[in-house]
Amino acid sequence: MVKVSFKVNGELVELDVKPNELLINTLRERLMLTGTKYGCGIGECGGCTVVVDGEPVLACLTLTVDVNGREVTTIEGLSKEKLTDVQKALIEEGAIQCGYCTPAFVVMSEYLLKEKPQPTLDDVREYLKGVLCRCTGYINIFKAVLKAAKSRSEFRG
Amino acid sequence: MVELKVPPVNVTGRNTRIIPVEFEYYEPRTLKEALMLLDEYGESARILAGGTDLLVKIKARLVEPKVIINVKKVAGLNYVVEDGDLVRIGALARLRDLEKSEIVKKYLPALYDAVKLMGSVQIRNMATIGGNLCNASPAADTAPPLLVHNAKALIASTSGERVVPLEEFFVGPGKTSMKPNEMLVEIIAEKTGKGSSAFKKISRVSVDLAIASSAVYIDGEGGVVRDARIALGSVAPKPIRARKTESLIRGLKLYSEELREALNALEEEVSPITDARSTAEYRKYIVKVLTWDAINTAYERLVR
Repeated sequence: MVKVSFKVNGELVELDVKPNELLINTLRERLMLTGTKYGCGIGECGGCTVVVDGEPVLACLTLTVDVNGREVTTIEGLSKEKLTDVQKALIEEGAIQCGYCTPAFVVMSEYLLKEKPQPTLDDVREYLKGVLCRCTGYINIFKAVLKAAKSRSEFRG
Repeated sequence: MVELKVPPVNVTGRNTRIIPVEFEYYEPRTLKEALMLLDEYGESARILAGGTDLLVKIKARLVEPKVIINVKKVAGLNYVVEDGDLVRIGALARLRDLEKSEIVKKYLPALYDAVKLMGSVQIRNMATIGGNLCNASPAADTAPPLLVHNAKALIASTSGERVVPLEEFFVGPGKTSMKPNEMLVEIIAEKTGKGSSAFKKISRVSVDLAIASSAVYIDGEGGVVRDARIALGSVAPKPIRARKTESLIRGLKLYSEELREALNALEEEVSPITDARSTAEYRKYIVKVLTWDAINTAYERLVR
């Protein structure tokens, strides 16, 4: 067992973990943060996308010991009190079907809008290509993200 | 009739939710510490850098290391710097670092093409160039661009350092010429110089492994091929240089029918297999098209 401490959504977490414990399982089964989804487990579907020290990574291919001392943000940390404008836009555009991939799309969209506040459709496709939606509702997802980007930039003036 | 041989099941059928293997875990902070650990554990150890290949392999039980040496926190191995006519890349540079590097974009355009096309943003945030090369997949996208930039690998162990041309670094599928106690620390590539370079690949969807890929370095003064280097991925047991074709196209006019015909020699230089991604026949054909496209793109960059 290894003692690790890291921040999850702003709160310090201290745990004893085996070196082979995956971040996705620590989040889902020990911290009960089930918004991060298990899909393929081999880095193809992107359902387990979380942000570590500001960069999106895959929790199914990250050892929990490896985030020792670092800062993890999950979907729960992105919308603590109320829905974000990305989430609202996803609802308005009918971009949620079964909803399983939605948390990962929100995490990646927030990262996109941070890096590129006024993304083109190509930017949206590039940043979101690592999240798979098996209901294949991509068009509405792209529309929603562009809509959220637009409303944010108008808000900023 | 083409006989389709589907490769043995790897991940399918395994529980990919957990890592089914227990291991000792080390987190060296310096290169010296990492090399000492490699000396001690050798073949029973695996180096963890990005994890996007290694952890998938462990989940599939293709490898079952007793010791994991996580080198992510080793200081001073993530960099891209110019050094005269060379570019030096630290083995721990992540694909996303390379994608964002102005040096890579300007002086190693084929490598820039390759990393832009590799995996997703999340994967590129994790995967390192050292990991991509040490994994030694015949489909490693960073390999053909580095081969046409005459890259060398700087390899270290507790007994010292050595430099190996990248061509000799790859031995076969999953195999490099490194000893179990050695670690790749730097990649040294030649800048474009008088020429330019480009990389093309074909895959089912962009995040997939390549069906075939081609990188080209070209110096084409006056519309004639003065110097050319061609490297290919996914068409042989390791990434290869196509030296015979390179010599055949020297002196030929760009965009000419002669040049297009000369590329037929590539068929003789490759030895592709049929697998789940493609047939050998298709690979033999498409690699010529990819090379033609890469030559043209590299030349267009040169004259632009």
